[in-house]
Amino acid sequence: MSAPGGAGTETINEMYKNMQTAADTESLRELLKKKFAPTGDSIAFAARFFRELVKPPFPGREFLHQCYLIGYKSCPLISLTGFIMGLVLTIQSRPSLAQFGAESMLPGMVATSLVREIGPVITALICAGNIGSRMGAELGSMRVTEQIDAMEVSAINPYKFLVVSRVLATTLMIPLLSVYTNAVGMIGSWAAMNIHTNIGFTRYFSAAMGHLEFLDIVPALVKTFLFGFAIGIIGCFKGFYVRGGTESVGRAANAAVVTASLAVFVLDMLAVQITDLI
Amino acid sequence: MAESISAGSAGPDKPVVDIRDLKISFNRIPILSGINLQVRHGENLVVLGKSGSGKSVLIKCLVGLVEPDAGEIRVFDKDISNLSYEQLNEVRLKVGFLFQNAALYDSMTVGDNLAFPLRYHFKKLKPAQIRQLVGEALDSVGLQEAIDKMPSELSGGMSKRVGLARTLILKPDIMLYDEPTTGLDTATSKEISALILEMQRKKNISSIIITHDMHCAKTTADRLVVLKEGVIAAEGSYDQLRDGDDPWTKTFFE
Ligand SMILES: Nc1ncnc2c1ncn2[C@@H]1O[C@H](COP(=O)(O)OP(=O)(O)OP(=O)(O)O)[C@@H](O)[C@H]1O
Ligand SMILES: [Mg+2]
Repeated sequence: MSAPGGAGTETINEMYKNMQTAADTESLRELLKKKFAPTGDSIAFAARFFRELVKPPFPGREFLHQCYLIGYKSCPLISLTGFIMGLVLTIQSRPSLAQFGAESMLPGMVATSLVREIGPVITALICAGNIGSRMGAELGSMRVTEQIDAMEVSAINPYKFLVVSRVLATTLMIPLLSVYTNAVGMIGSWAAMNIHTNIGFTRYFSAAMGHLEFLDIVPALVKTFLFGFAIGIIGCFKGFYVRGGTESVGRAANAAVVTASLAVFVLDMLAVQITDLI
Repeated sequence: MAESISAGSAGPDKPVVDIRDLKISFNRIPILSGINLQVRHGENLVVLGKSGSGKSVLIKCLVGLVEPDAGEIRVFDKDISNLSYEQLNEVRLKVGFLFQNAALYDSMTVGDNLAFPLRYHFKKLKPAQIRQLVGEALDSVGLQEAIDKMPSELSGGMSKRVGLARTLILKPDIMLYDEPTTGLDTATSKEISALILEMQRKKNISSIIITHDMHCAKTTADRLVVLKEGVIAAEGSYDQLRDGDDPWTKTFFE
Protein backbone atom coordinates (compact mmCIF):
# COMPACT_ATOMS: atom_id res chain seq x y z
CA MET A 1 0.00 0.00 0.00
CA SER A 2 2.84 2.30 0.92
CA ALA A 3 5.06 1.56 -2.13
CA PRO A 4 2.71 2.65 -4.88
CA GLY A 5 1.33 5.26 -2.51
CA GLY A 6 4.74 7.01 -2.42
CA ALA A 7 4.74 7.86 -6.11
CA GLY A 8 1.05 8.62 -5.93
CA THR A 9 1.42 11.13 -3.11
CA GLU A 10 4.22 12.85 -4.94
CA THR A 11 2.18 13.40 -8.03
CA ILE A 12 -0.80 14.43 -6.00
CA ASN A 13 1.36 16.83 -4.05
CA GLU A 14 2.77 18.23 -7.25
CA MET A 15 -0.63 18.49 -8.73
CA TYR A 16 -1.85 20.25 -5.65
CA LYS A 17 1.14 22.63 -5.79
CA ASN A 18 0.48 23.37 -9.44
CA MET A 19 -3.13 24.02 -8.67
CA GLN A 20 -2.10 26.31 -5.84
CA THR A 21 0.17 28.39 -8.11
CA ALA A 22 -2.47 28.46 -10.77
CA ALA A 23 -4.98 29.63 -8.22
CA ASP A 24 -2.51 32.22 -6.93
CA THR A 25 -1.80 33.71 -10.35
CA GLU A 26 -5.49 33.61 -11.07
CA SER A 27 -6.38 35.47 -7.91
CA LEU A 28 -3.47 37.87 -8.41
CA ARG A 29 -4.70 38.59 -11.90
CA GLU A 30 -8.18 39.10 -10.59
CA LEU A 31 -6.88 41.32 -7.81
CA LEU A 32 -4.91 43.45 -10.29
CA LYS A 33 -7.93 43.57 -12.54
CA LYS A 34 -10.10 44.70 -9.65
CA LYS A 35 -7.55 47.32 -8.58
CA PHE A 36 -6.86 48.81 -11.98
CA ALA A 37 -10.02 48.17 -13.95
CA PRO A 38 -11.73 51.33 -12.63
CA THR A 39 -8.81 53.48 -13.79
CA GLY A 40 -8.87 51.93 -17.25
CA ASP A 41 -12.65 52.14 -17.36
CA SER A 42 -12.68 55.80 -16.41
CA ILE A 43 -10.11 56.63 -19.09
CA ALA A 44 -12.21 54.78 -21.67
CA PHE A 45 -15.27 56.59 -20.35
CA ALA A 46 -13.56 59.97 -20.79
CA ALA A 47 -12.27 59.07 -24.25
CA ARG A 48 -15.78 58.13 -25.30
CA PHE A 49 -16.86 61.70 -24.51
CA PHE A 50 -14.81 63.11 -27.39
CA ARG A 51 -16.00 60.44 -29.79
CA GLU A 52 -19.66 61.02 -28.96
CA LEU A 53 -19.28 64.79 -28.91
CA VAL A 54 -18.43 65.04 -32.60
CA LYS A 55 -21.10 62.56 -33.71
CA PRO A 56 -24.53 64.09 -34.33
CA PRO A 57 -27.15 64.52 -32.93
CA PHE A 58 -26.18 66.94 -30.20
CA PRO A 59 -28.36 66.93 -27.05
CA GLY A 60 -28.87 70.70 -27.13
CA ARG A 61 -31.91 70.96 -24.87
CA GLU A 62 -30.37 68.87 -22.11
CA PHE A 63 -27.08 70.76 -22.41
CA LEU A 64 -28.78 74.13 -21.91
CA HIS A 65 -30.81 72.75 -19.03
CA GLN A 66 -27.63 71.53 -17.33
CA CYS A 67 -25.88 74.87 -17.89
CA TYR A 68 -28.82 76.56 -16.25
CA LEU A 69 -28.79 74.16 -13.29
CA ILE A 70 -25.04 74.49 -12.77
CA GLY A 71 -24.97 78.26 -13.08
CA TYR A 72 -28.14 79.00 -11.20
CA LYS A 73 -27.80 76.49 -8.39
CA SER A 74 -24.18 77.28 -7.62
CA CYS A 75 -24.53 81.05 -7.79
CA PRO A 76 -25.59 81.87 -4.21
CA LEU A 77 -22.99 79.61 -2.64
CA ILE A 78 -20.21 80.84 -4.90
CA SER A 79 -21.13 84.49 -4.40
CA LEU A 80 -20.93 84.14 -0.64
CA THR A 81 -17.70 82.14 -0.67
CA GLY A 82 -16.03 84.41 -3.20
CA PHE A 83 -16.94 87.51 -1.25
CA ILE A 84 -15.65 86.07 2.02
CA MET A 85 -12.42 84.86 0.42
CA GLY A 86 -11.67 88.32 -0.99
CA LEU A 87 -12.51 89.94 2.31
CA VAL A 88 -10.45 87.57 4.46
CA LEU A 89 -7.49 87.59 2.10
CA THR A 90 -7.35 91.38 2.23
CA ILE A 91 -7.72 91.64 6.00
CA GLN A 92 -5.05 89.01 6.57
CA SER A 93 -2.49 90.34 4.09
CA ARG A 94 -2.84 93.94 5.13
CA PRO A 95 -0.67 93.93 8.32
CA SER A 96 2.30 92.21 6.66
CA LEU A 97 2.22 94.57 3.70
CA ALA A 98 1.80 97.55 6.04
CA GLN A 99 5.02 96.53 7.82
CA PHE A 100 6.94 97.18 4.62
CA GLY A 101 4.91 100.25 3.83
CA ALA A 102 3.63 98.46 0.74
CA GLU A 103 -0.08 98.85 1.36
CA SER A 104 -0.55 100.19 -2.15
CA MET A 105 0.39 96.72 -3.42
CA LEU A 106 -2.60 95.19 -1.68
CA PRO A 107 -5.16 95.37 -4.54
CA GLY A 108 -2.70 93.89 -7.02
CA MET A 109 -1.63 91.14 -4.68
CA VAL A 110 -5.17 90.13 -3.82
CA ALA A 111 -6.16 90.18 -7.50
CA THR A 112 -3.21 88.00 -8.44
CA SER A 113 -3.88 85.36 -5.81
CA LEU A 114 -7.61 85.37 -6.56
CA VAL A 115 -7.21 85.02 -10.30
CA ARG A 116 -4.31 82.60 -10.28
CA GLU A 117 -5.30 80.25 -7.53
CA ILE A 118 -8.05 80.96 -5.07
CA GLY A 119 -10.88 81.76 -7.48
CA PRO A 120 -10.46 78.69 -9.71
CA VAL A 121 -9.76 76.25 -6.90
CA ILE A 122 -12.54 77.44 -4.59
CA THR A 123 -15.04 77.39 -7.46
CA ALA A 124 -13.94 73.94 -8.53
CA LEU A 125 -14.10 72.54 -5.01
CA ILE A 126 -17.56 73.93 -4.40
CA CYS A 127 -18.71 72.55 -7.74
CA ALA A 128 -17.09 69.19 -7.03
CA GLY A 129 -19.22 68.99 -3.90
CA ASN A 130 -22.33 70.50 -5.35
CA ILE A 131 -22.42 69.31 -8.93
CA GLY A 132 -20.30 66.18 -8.67
CA SER A 133 -22.52 64.69 -5.99
CA ARG A 134 -25.69 65.69 -7.80
CA MET A 135 -24.57 64.04 -11.03
CA GLY A 136 -23.36 60.91 -9.24
CA ALA A 137 -26.64 60.53 -7.39
CA GLU A 138 -28.84 61.44 -10.35
CA LEU A 139 -27.25 59.07 -12.85
CA GLY A 140 -26.87 56.43 -10.16
CA SER A 141 -30.55 56.45 -9.33
CA MET A 142 -31.40 56.47 -13.02
CA ARG A 143 -29.27 53.36 -13.35
CA VAL A 144 -30.80 51.43 -10.46
CA THR A 145 -34.37 52.32 -11.45
CA GLU A 146 -33.61 51.12 -15.00
CA GLN A 147 -34.14 54.55 -16.56
CA ILE A 148 -30.80 54.27 -18.36
CA ASP A 149 -31.82 50.83 -19.63
CA ALA A 150 -35.11 52.33 -20.76
CA MET A 151 -33.17 54.82 -22.89
CA GLU A 152 -31.05 52.03 -24.30
CA VAL A 153 -34.04 49.98 -25.39
CA SER A 154 -35.73 52.93 -27.05
CA ALA A 155 -32.54 53.39 -29.08
CA ILE A 156 -31.61 56.61 -27.29
CA ASN A 157 -27.90 56.78 -26.60
CA PRO A 158 -27.79 57.41 -22.83
CA TYR A 159 -24.13 58.35 -22.91
CA LYS A 160 -24.81 61.09 -25.40
CA PHE A 161 -27.96 62.35 -23.79
CA LEU A 162 -26.85 62.20 -20.16
CA VAL A 163 -23.07 62.29 -20.11
CA VAL A 164 -22.08 64.44 -23.11
CA SER A 165 -24.56 67.15 -22.15
CA ARG A 166 -23.47 67.20 -18.50
CA VAL A 167 -19.72 67.06 -19.07
CA LEU A 168 -19.85 69.76 -21.71
CA ALA A 169 -21.93 71.91 -19.38
CA THR A 170 -19.47 71.62 -16.50
CA THR A 171 -16.52 72.19 -18.84
CA LEU A 172 -17.98 75.47 -20.04
CA MET A 173 -19.75 76.67 -16.92
CA ILE A 174 -16.99 76.23 -14.35
CA PRO A 175 -14.64 78.67 -16.13
CA LEU A 176 -17.51 81.17 -16.26
CA LEU A 177 -18.31 80.63 -12.61
CA SER A 178 -14.69 81.07 -11.61
CA VAL A 179 -14.47 84.38 -13.48
CA TYR A 180 -17.56 85.33 -11.53
CA THR A 181 -15.95 84.19 -8.25
CA ASN A 182 -12.93 86.37 -9.03
CA ALA A 183 -15.17 89.38 -9.57
CA VAL A 184 -17.12 88.82 -6.37
CA GLY A 185 -13.83 88.24 -4.52
CA MET A 186 -12.60 91.64 -5.70
CA ILE A 187 -15.74 93.23 -4.34
CA GLY A 188 -15.09 91.53 -0.99
CA SER A 189 -11.54 92.74 -1.02
CA TRP A 190 -12.65 96.28 -1.81
CA ALA A 191 -15.11 96.12 1.10
CA ALA A 192 -12.27 95.06 3.42
CA MET A 193 -10.09 97.93 2.18
CA ASN A 194 -12.85 100.32 3.07
CA ILE A 195 -12.68 99.35 6.73
CA HIS A 196 -9.46 101.36 7.00
CA THR A 197 -9.26 103.66 4.03
CA ASN A 198 -11.79 105.27 1.81
CA ILE A 199 -11.16 104.18 -1.76
CA GLY A 200 -13.58 104.27 -4.69
CA PHE A 201 -14.42 100.95 -6.36
CA THR A 202 -13.29 102.06 -9.82
CA ARG A 203 -9.94 103.23 -8.53
CA TYR A 204 -9.47 100.09 -6.50
CA PHE A 205 -10.46 97.89 -9.41
CA SER A 206 -8.15 99.54 -11.93
CA ALA A 207 -5.26 99.39 -9.43
CA ALA A 208 -5.90 95.66 -9.08
CA MET A 209 -6.35 95.03 -12.80
CA GLY A 210 -3.29 96.99 -13.77
CA HIS A 211 -1.26 94.50 -11.83
CA LEU A 212 -2.45 91.42 -13.70
CA GLU A 213 -0.40 89.95 -16.51
CA PHE A 214 -1.07 87.53 -19.33
CA LEU A 215 0.53 84.69 -17.38
CA ASP A 216 -1.75 85.38 -14.44
CA ILE A 217 -4.92 85.08 -16.48
CA VAL A 218 -4.56 82.57 -19.30
CA PRO A 219 -3.08 79.52 -17.52
CA ALA A 220 -5.61 79.99 -14.74
CA LEU A 221 -8.43 80.07 -17.26
CA VAL A 222 -7.17 76.95 -19.05
CA LYS A 223 -6.97 75.23 -15.69
CA THR A 224 -10.65 75.90 -14.98
CA PHE A 225 -11.69 74.12 -18.19
CA LEU A 226 -9.76 71.07 -16.98
CA PHE A 227 -11.41 71.29 -13.56
CA GLY A 228 -14.82 71.47 -15.17
CA PHE A 229 -14.14 68.49 -17.41
CA ALA A 230 -12.80 66.42 -14.53
CA ILE A 231 -15.75 67.20 -12.27
CA GLY A 232 -18.27 66.33 -14.97
CA ILE A 233 -16.57 63.13 -16.08
CA ILE A 234 -16.00 61.86 -12.54
CA GLY A 235 -19.54 62.66 -11.38
CA CYS A 236 -21.05 60.97 -14.43
CA PHE A 237 -18.69 57.99 -14.34
CA LYS A 238 -19.46 57.21 -10.70
CA GLY A 239 -23.19 57.43 -11.34
CA PHE A 240 -23.33 55.73 -14.73
CA TYR A 241 -21.82 52.47 -13.53
CA VAL A 242 -23.64 52.07 -10.24
CA ARG A 243 -24.50 48.45 -9.55
CA GLY A 244 -26.95 47.30 -6.95
CA GLY A 245 -29.57 49.11 -4.95
CA THR A 246 -30.20 52.53 -3.50
CA GLU A 247 -27.36 52.37 -1.00
CA SER A 248 -24.85 52.18 -3.83
CA VAL A 249 -26.31 55.44 -5.17
CA GLY A 250 -25.28 57.20 -1.95
CA ARG A 251 -21.87 55.63 -2.20
CA ALA A 252 -21.51 56.78 -5.80
CA ALA A 253 -22.39 60.36 -4.89
CA ASN A 254 -19.90 60.29 -2.06
CA ALA A 255 -17.16 58.77 -4.24
CA ALA A 256 -17.85 61.40 -6.90
CA VAL A 257 -17.22 64.24 -4.44
CA VAL A 258 -14.07 62.71 -2.96
CA THR A 259 -12.54 61.77 -6.32
CA ALA A 260 -13.47 65.04 -8.00
CA SER A 261 -12.01 67.14 -5.16
CA LEU A 262 -8.83 65.11 -5.25
CA ALA A 263 -8.67 65.49 -9.03
CA VAL A 264 -8.99 69.27 -8.65
CA PHE A 265 -5.95 69.38 -6.36
CA VAL A 266 -3.88 67.07 -8.55
CA LEU A 267 -4.74 69.01 -11.71
CA ASP A 268 -3.98 72.25 -9.90
CA MET A 269 -0.57 70.98 -8.89
CA LEU A 270 0.21 69.87 -12.45
CA ALA A 271 -1.03 73.17 -13.86
CA VAL A 272 1.14 75.17 -11.45
CA GLN A 273 4.19 73.11 -12.40
CA ILE A 274 3.56 73.61 -16.10
CA THR A 275 2.91 77.34 -15.72
CA ASP A 276 6.14 77.58 -13.76
CA LEU A 277 8.04 76.19 -16.73
CA ILE A 278 6.62 78.78 -19.14
CA MET B 1 -36.68 55.59 -39.17
CA ALA B 2 -34.89 52.45 -40.24
CA GLU B 3 -36.85 51.06 -43.12
CA SER B 4 -34.42 48.24 -43.72
CA ILE B 5 -35.90 46.22 -40.90
CA SER B 6 -39.58 45.58 -40.92
CA ALA B 7 -41.74 42.86 -39.60
CA GLY B 8 -42.09 41.47 -43.08
CA SER B 9 -38.40 41.21 -43.83
CA ALA B 10 -38.13 38.13 -41.65
CA GLY B 11 -40.39 36.34 -44.10
CA PRO B 12 -43.75 34.83 -43.32
CA ASP B 13 -42.48 31.51 -41.97
CA LYS B 14 -39.31 32.71 -40.27
CA PRO B 15 -39.81 33.45 -36.58
CA VAL B 16 -39.37 37.13 -35.62
CA VAL B 17 -37.61 36.02 -32.44
CA ASP B 18 -35.42 32.94 -32.46
CA ILE B 19 -33.55 31.93 -29.31
CA ARG B 20 -31.25 28.94 -29.46
CA ASP B 21 -29.56 27.26 -26.52
CA LEU B 22 -29.39 30.46 -24.48
CA LYS B 23 -27.33 30.24 -21.29
CA ILE B 24 -26.87 32.91 -18.67
CA SER B 25 -25.41 32.85 -15.19
CA PHE B 26 -24.81 35.58 -12.62
CA ASN B 27 -21.88 35.17 -10.25
CA ARG B 28 -21.52 31.56 -11.46
CA ILE B 29 -25.12 30.76 -10.52
CA PRO B 30 -26.91 29.56 -13.65
CA ILE B 31 -30.18 31.41 -14.26
CA LEU B 32 -31.00 30.21 -17.76
CA SER B 33 -29.43 26.96 -18.88
CA GLY B 34 -30.38 26.20 -22.45
CA ILE B 35 -33.49 28.03 -23.60
CA ASN B 36 -34.89 27.33 -27.06
CA LEU B 37 -37.76 29.59 -28.03
CA GLN B 38 -39.30 30.94 -31.19
CA VAL B 39 -41.94 33.62 -31.63
CA ARG B 40 -43.77 33.67 -34.94
CA HIS B 41 -44.88 36.79 -36.71
CA GLY B 42 -48.07 38.15 -35.13
CA GLU B 43 -48.02 35.68 -32.26
CA ASN B 44 -48.64 36.40 -28.56
CA LEU B 45 -46.41 34.23 -26.42
CA VAL B 46 -46.98 34.17 -22.66
CA VAL B 47 -44.10 33.24 -20.37
CA LEU B 48 -44.96 31.81 -16.97
CA GLY B 49 -42.57 31.01 -14.19
CA LYS B 50 -41.96 31.43 -10.48
CA SER B 51 -40.49 34.65 -9.17
CA GLY B 52 -36.74 34.72 -9.78
CA SER B 53 -36.85 32.08 -12.50
CA GLY B 54 -35.22 34.44 -15.01
CA LYS B 55 -38.17 35.69 -17.03
CA SER B 56 -37.07 39.32 -16.98
CA VAL B 57 -33.50 38.32 -17.77
CA LEU B 58 -34.74 36.35 -20.77
CA ILE B 59 -36.43 39.31 -22.44
CA LYS B 60 -33.59 41.66 -21.52
CA CYS B 61 -31.32 39.47 -23.64
CA LEU B 62 -33.49 40.11 -26.65
CA VAL B 63 -32.68 43.82 -26.64
CA GLY B 64 -29.04 43.49 -25.65
CA LEU B 65 -29.42 44.70 -22.06
CA VAL B 66 -27.99 41.45 -20.71
CA GLU B 67 -25.15 39.69 -22.45
CA PRO B 68 -25.67 35.92 -22.70
CA ASP B 69 -22.89 33.51 -21.81
CA ALA B 70 -23.74 31.19 -24.68
CA GLY B 71 -26.34 30.67 -27.36
CA GLU B 72 -27.74 32.58 -30.26
CA ILE B 73 -30.48 35.20 -30.30
CA ARG B 74 -31.96 36.33 -33.59
CA VAL B 75 -34.48 39.14 -33.76
CA PHE B 76 -35.83 39.88 -37.24
CA ASP B 77 -33.25 37.36 -38.37
CA LYS B 78 -30.36 39.46 -37.03
CA ASP B 79 -27.93 37.99 -34.56
CA ILE B 80 -28.18 40.42 -31.64
CA SER B 81 -24.73 39.77 -30.21
CA ASN B 82 -22.94 40.42 -33.52
CA LEU B 83 -24.41 43.84 -34.30
CA SER B 84 -22.71 47.22 -34.12
CA TYR B 85 -24.23 49.75 -31.71
CA GLU B 86 -26.01 51.51 -34.58
CA GLN B 87 -27.39 48.27 -36.01
CA LEU B 88 -28.52 47.18 -32.57
CA ASN B 89 -30.34 50.48 -32.16
CA GLU B 90 -32.13 49.91 -35.47
CA VAL B 91 -33.45 46.64 -34.09
CA ARG B 92 -34.29 48.24 -30.74
CA LEU B 93 -36.43 50.86 -32.46
CA LYS B 94 -38.64 48.05 -33.71
CA VAL B 95 -38.87 46.34 -30.34
CA GLY B 96 -40.94 47.84 -27.54
CA PHE B 97 -39.98 46.98 -23.97
CA LEU B 98 -42.25 47.49 -20.98
CA PHE B 99 -40.18 47.37 -17.80
CA GLN B 100 -41.43 45.56 -14.74
CA ASN B 101 -41.14 48.79 -12.73
CA ALA B 102 -42.17 51.08 -15.61
CA ALA B 103 -38.79 52.93 -15.46
CA LEU B 104 -40.28 56.35 -16.20
CA TYR B 105 -37.80 59.24 -16.48
CA ASP B 106 -38.49 60.89 -13.15
CA SER B 107 -37.10 64.29 -14.10
CA MET B 108 -39.73 64.68 -16.83
CA THR B 109 -43.50 65.04 -16.78
CA VAL B 110 -45.64 62.21 -18.09
CA GLY B 111 -46.12 64.11 -21.35
CA ASP B 112 -42.38 64.64 -21.79
CA ASN B 113 -41.73 60.99 -20.98
CA LEU B 114 -43.77 60.13 -24.06
CA ALA B 115 -42.56 63.00 -26.21
CA PHE B 116 -38.87 62.40 -25.48
CA PRO B 117 -38.34 59.34 -27.72
CA LEU B 118 -40.43 60.96 -30.45
CA ARG B 119 -38.38 64.17 -30.38
CA TYR B 120 -35.16 62.18 -30.31
CA HIS B 121 -35.95 59.93 -33.25
CA PHE B 122 -38.24 62.05 -35.41
CA LYS B 123 -36.71 65.48 -35.60
CA LYS B 124 -39.15 66.53 -38.31
CA LEU B 125 -42.26 66.19 -36.15
CA LYS B 126 -43.83 69.52 -35.25
CA PRO B 127 -44.72 70.27 -31.60
CA ALA B 128 -48.42 70.10 -32.45
CA GLN B 129 -48.01 66.65 -34.02
CA ILE B 130 -46.04 65.44 -31.01
CA ARG B 131 -48.74 66.73 -28.68
CA GLN B 132 -51.36 64.89 -30.67
CA LEU B 133 -49.45 61.60 -30.69
CA VAL B 134 -48.79 61.88 -26.95
CA GLY B 135 -52.47 62.61 -26.32
CA GLU B 136 -53.56 59.60 -28.37
CA ALA B 137 -51.09 57.29 -26.64
CA LEU B 138 -52.19 58.39 -23.17
CA ASP B 139 -55.79 58.05 -24.21
CA SER B 140 -55.24 54.43 -25.21
CA VAL B 141 -54.22 53.63 -21.62
CA GLY B 142 -56.91 55.88 -20.15
CA LEU B 143 -54.61 58.44 -18.58
CA GLN B 144 -55.06 61.62 -20.54
CA GLU B 145 -55.55 63.72 -17.41
CA ALA B 146 -52.11 62.74 -16.08
CA ILE B 147 -50.17 64.43 -18.88
CA ASP B 148 -48.70 67.20 -16.72
CA LYS B 149 -48.00 65.08 -13.65
CA MET B 150 -44.53 64.04 -12.55
CA PRO B 151 -43.84 60.27 -12.27
CA SER B 152 -43.48 60.62 -8.49
CA GLU B 153 -47.12 61.73 -8.34
CA LEU B 154 -48.41 58.57 -10.00
CA SER B 155 -49.53 55.33 -8.40
CA GLY B 156 -47.77 52.10 -9.33
CA GLY B 157 -50.52 51.06 -11.71
CA MET B 158 -50.61 54.48 -13.36
CA SER B 159 -46.83 54.40 -13.88
CA LYS B 160 -47.18 51.03 -15.49
CA ARG B 161 -49.76 52.33 -17.92
CA VAL B 162 -47.67 55.42 -18.75
CA GLY B 163 -44.73 53.08 -19.36
CA LEU B 164 -46.90 51.10 -21.73
CA ALA B 165 -47.99 54.24 -23.58
CA ARG B 166 -44.37 55.38 -23.86
CA THR B 167 -43.41 52.06 -25.39
CA LEU B 168 -46.33 51.91 -27.83
CA ILE B 169 -45.79 55.46 -29.10
CA LEU B 170 -42.80 54.32 -31.17
CA LYS B 171 -45.06 51.82 -33.00
CA PRO B 172 -42.96 48.69 -32.43
CA ASP B 173 -43.31 45.45 -34.39
CA ILE B 174 -42.44 43.29 -31.39
CA MET B 175 -43.57 44.05 -27.85
CA LEU B 176 -41.95 42.64 -24.75
CA TYR B 177 -44.25 43.09 -21.77
CA ASP B 178 -42.80 42.48 -18.32
CA GLU B 179 -45.83 41.91 -16.11
CA PRO B 180 -48.12 44.46 -17.78
CA THR B 181 -51.03 43.99 -15.38
CA THR B 182 -49.27 43.61 -12.05
CA GLY B 183 -50.50 46.16 -9.52
CA LEU B 184 -53.65 46.98 -11.44
CA ASP B 185 -57.24 46.44 -10.30
CA THR B 186 -59.26 43.78 -12.11
CA ALA B 187 -61.10 46.20 -14.37
CA THR B 188 -57.96 48.05 -15.49
CA SER B 189 -56.01 44.87 -15.95
CA LYS B 190 -58.79 43.57 -18.19
CA GLU B 191 -58.50 46.78 -20.21
CA ILE B 192 -54.75 46.33 -20.54
CA SER B 193 -55.20 42.71 -21.61
CA ALA B 194 -57.69 43.90 -24.20
CA LEU B 195 -55.22 46.55 -25.36
CA ILE B 196 -52.51 43.93 -25.81
CA LEU B 197 -54.90 41.83 -27.84
CA GLU B 198 -55.93 44.84 -29.90
CA MET B 199 -52.27 45.64 -30.65
CA GLN B 200 -51.90 42.12 -32.00
CA ARG B 201 -55.11 42.12 -34.03
CA LYS B 202 -54.91 45.62 -35.51
CA LYS B 203 -51.20 46.27 -35.84
CA ASN B 204 -50.04 42.67 -36.18
CA ILE B 205 -47.56 43.09 -33.35
CA SER B 206 -45.79 39.96 -32.10
CA SER B 207 -45.44 39.88 -28.33
CA ILE B 208 -43.79 38.14 -25.45
CA ILE B 209 -45.86 38.65 -22.33
CA ILE B 210 -44.50 37.81 -18.90
CA THR B 211 -47.30 37.56 -16.41
CA HIS B 212 -48.56 36.02 -13.19
CA ASP B 213 -52.09 37.15 -14.04
CA MET B 214 -53.88 34.10 -15.41
CA HIS B 215 -56.75 36.14 -16.74
CA CYS B 216 -54.32 38.19 -18.82
CA ALA B 217 -52.62 34.98 -19.96
CA LYS B 218 -55.92 33.44 -20.97
CA THR B 219 -57.04 36.53 -22.89
CA THR B 220 -53.86 37.29 -24.75
CA ALA B 221 -51.97 34.04 -25.24
CA ASP B 222 -51.74 32.10 -28.48
CA ARG B 223 -49.17 29.90 -26.79
CA LEU B 224 -47.69 29.63 -23.30
CA VAL B 225 -44.32 28.43 -22.07
CA VAL B 226 -43.38 27.68 -18.48
CA LEU B 227 -39.89 28.44 -17.23
CA LYS B 228 -38.50 26.17 -14.55
CA GLU B 229 -34.94 25.75 -13.32
CA GLY B 230 -33.49 27.54 -16.31
CA VAL B 231 -35.25 25.60 -19.04
CA ILE B 232 -38.65 25.55 -20.66
CA ALA B 233 -40.52 22.88 -18.73
CA ALA B 234 -43.82 22.98 -20.55
CA GLU B 235 -45.36 24.50 -23.65
CA GLY B 236 -48.82 24.64 -25.13
CA SER B 237 -52.08 26.51 -25.35
CA TYR B 238 -53.86 27.73 -22.22
CA ASP B 239 -56.26 24.80 -22.17
CA GLN B 240 -53.56 22.24 -22.94
CA LEU B 241 -51.45 23.35 -19.98
CA ARG B 242 -54.38 23.68 -17.61
CA ASP B 243 -55.73 20.25 -18.46
CA GLY B 244 -52.31 18.61 -18.79
CA ASP B 245 -51.05 16.11 -16.27
CA ASP B 246 -47.97 17.89 -14.92
CA PRO B 247 -48.94 18.85 -11.34
CA TRP B 248 -46.26 21.56 -11.10
CA THR B 249 -47.51 23.35 -14.22
CA LYS B 250 -51.07 23.09 -12.99
CA THR B 251 -50.22 25.11 -9.87
CA PHE B 252 -50.19 28.22 -12.05
CA PHE B 253 -53.80 27.67 -12.97
CA GLU B 254 -55.18 27.19 -9.48
N1 LIG C 1 -27.93 42.14 -12.88
C1 LIG C 1 -28.01 41.03 -12.15
N2 LIG C 1 -26.96 40.64 -11.40
C2 LIG C 1 -27.02 39.53 -10.65
N3 LIG C 1 -28.07 38.72 -10.59
C3 LIG C 1 -29.15 39.04 -11.31
C4 LIG C 1 -29.18 40.21 -12.12
N4 LIG C 1 -30.39 40.29 -12.73
C5 LIG C 1 -31.07 39.21 -12.30
N5 LIG C 1 -30.35 38.46 -11.46
C6 LIG C 1 -30.78 37.20 -10.84
O1 LIG C 1 -31.39 36.42 -11.83
C7 LIG C 1 -32.51 35.76 -11.32
C8 LIG C 1 -33.70 35.96 -12.23
O2 LIG C 1 -34.09 37.30 -12.18
P1 LIG C 1 -35.34 37.84 -12.98
O3 LIG C 1 -35.45 39.29 -12.70
O4 LIG C 1 -35.24 37.44 -14.40
O5 LIG C 1 -36.54 37.07 -12.30
P2 LIG C 1 -38.06 37.03 -12.76
O6 LIG C 1 -38.35 35.67 -13.27
O7 LIG C 1 -38.34 38.17 -13.66
O8 LIG C 1 -38.80 37.21 -11.38
P3 LIG C 1 -40.09 38.13 -11.02
O9 LIG C 1 -41.28 37.34 -11.42
O10 LIG C 1 -40.00 38.26 -9.54
O11 LIG C 1 -39.93 39.40 -11.74
C9 LIG C 1 -32.72 36.25 -9.91
O12 LIG C 1 -32.32 35.24 -9.03
C10 LIG C 1 -31.82 37.43 -9.77
O13 LIG C 1 -31.25 37.43 -8.50
MG1 LIG D 1 -39.21 39.99 -13.50
